[in-house]
Amino acid sequence: MTKGGLLPKGFERPTVLASPSDSGVQEKYEEVKSSSKTIVLRISKFNPEKDQRTTFLEFTVPYQRWTTVLDAILEVKNNYDHSIGVRYSCRQATCGSCGMIINGKPKLACFTKISELDSDVVTVEPMNNFPVIRDLAVGFERMISTHKRIKPYIIREDSEISSGTKEFLQTPEDVEKYIQFASCIKCGLCNSACPTMATDSTFIGPQGLAQAYRYIADNRDQGKDERLKIIDERHGIWGCHFAGSCSQVCPKGVDPAMGIQMLRGYLLGYRK
Amino acid sequence: MSSIIRESHIMKIHYLTALVAVGFVIIHIMIRFTHGSFANSLEFESVIANYKSIPYAIVLEAMLILISVHGFNGLRIILLELKQGKAYENAVTYGCLAAMIALIAYGSRTIIMASMGMV
Repeated sequence: MTKGGLLPKGFERPTVLASPSDSGVQEKYEEVKSSSKTIVLRISKFNPEKDQRTTFLEFTVPYQRWTTVLDAILEVKNNYDHSIGVRYSCRQATCGSCGMIINGKPKLACFTKISELDSDVVTVEPMNNFPVIRDLAVGFERMISTHKRIKPYIIREDSEISSGTKEFLQTPEDVEKYIQFASCIKCGLCNSACPTMATDSTFIGPQGLAQAYRYIADNRDQGKDERLKIIDERHGIWGCHFAGSCSQVCPKGVDPAMGIQMLRGYLLGYRK
Repeated sequence: MSSIIRESHIMKIHYLTALVAVGFVIIHIMIRFTHGSFANSLEFESVIANYKSIPYAIVLEAMLILISVHGFNGLRIILLELKQGKAYENAVTYGCLAAMIALIAYGSRTIIMASMGMV
């Protein structure tokens, strides 16, 4: 199914264009219209409560150099099909809400410019290895529960906020050991790209394992043994085949595959 | 889901058996190339003669144990990744363990009988 969409968002509405005071908008519209290109946006539609299989809706959408995939999806949602299910929030790769499969690769829709995809057709699908709630929105319950399981907080008996103690100072070298792993925004792209997650429904996954390393590598933390025990089980760290796809897709530059290898070092005894 | 022993200990055994087995296989291949005719190495008399050499029988027994342990643990890992569930996982774990013991026992019996001249 192909739906319209030859005009840029907002400009085609009579309420906007009819007002004489909007002559500036009209000019801007003409300028944008003449300079914009179009792509065919294919959006996956699937409601597990009603549908037997996934279908794709196609829309012709104008875009500019700076238009992101999320902008295009919202353009369609606002003007052509309000029923499209998509999760988003910050629009600046910080909240981790808009992860999806874009032209076959897990990416953040708000962080992916259409012009960078180098394709006239952009296909968006829900992330792999997550249950679909509807269309592009997936359930994060499993990822959040494994994230909680690895105890993602500093474990120690004393506290830096109790009276008579000072904050726990760290050298830049101490911080360097874990800081990239602290950038995780829990978008789930690494879990979506992981081949083990596709078959093993109880695998902790690269997100949880990377976060386990983040806290184990933090010299303020004393929960290393607790966490190593959690990940050292049948569906724990040993399920990783080191495909490395988790690290390739992370939009924040986290390297979960490296964290997993570091954790293996602790468990095999060549790291202390 | 908890294992009988820690998974890291199983994996240490897994990696170690692979490394040591490679060493024994190299020795085995070198013996085949340096002792007697390689083309005739699978003839009945040649095989029985190998077993009667005690050091070589020990090499073969070591290879049998190392490759069985490594192979059946690898199979267990693959099967556990394909499907999950407590009953299934226990069946796979104990099944692989039993198959490994059975293969080692049967292979050892063959090596011992052949080296003692019982075949």
